[in-house]
Amino acid sequence: MAFANPNITAVAVEATEFPDLARRYRVTGVPKTVVNETTEILGALPQDAYIEQALATLNSQRSTHSD
Amino acid sequence: MGLLAAAEQEKLRETFNRMTSPVRLLFFTQTLDCETCLQTRQILDELPLVSDRITIDEVNVVLDKDKAAQYGIDRAPAIAVLAQDPSGATHDSRIRFLGAPSGYEFISLVQAVLLVGGRGSHLTDENRRRLAAVDTPVTLQVFTTPT
Repeated sequence: MAFANPNITAVAVEATEFPDLARRYRVTGVPKTVVNETTEILGALPQDAYIEQALATLNSQRSTHSD
Repeated sequence: MGLLAAAEQEKLRETFNRMTSPVRLLFFTQTLDCETCLQTRQILDELPLVSDRITIDEVNVVLDKDKAAQYGIDRAPAIAVLAQDPSGATHDSRIRFLGAPSGYEFISLVQAVLLVGGRGSHLTDENRRRLAAVDTPVTLQVFTTPT
């Protein structure tokens, strides 16, 4: 996804090595994706569903900001 | 003798043969207080052995804070995957790994190198179009555990 757009950064975090990050983002199961520090996608989803969720997250973040 | 058995090395060599352009891995490390930095360096050192298209550069996150910050990295071990053009200039793919790339993460790292090295994306055309429309900065942090 980062490859598809320069606005996107993808970080794979090894949760057991960085317990502070796992705590900060309340990681209780993996894989877990945190989008822009806030919203989350749980589990490994098929490509369409994963991108759908990530983009839905962005739209909801945007409307929150503009409200 | 490295970490990989000869058969695994051979398999990786074939895999990386699909690369069409060079990839540079920036390895972010620190000398003290880093349990897995050495392990990460050892894993990364395997890659240039099986592909002359892969190079490793080391950045000390304590001594070279500015360079680390440029890539948004403030801890070690971490890896940034960079594309390299024929002139030697690098372009940040914005793909990062925090923590040692062992176990399944090693496969993810290999996939990232292939992607940036020209193998192309697995995304469908439709998804590529949807992602191309994103016009604000997005950071996806994917938490995993070693398996």
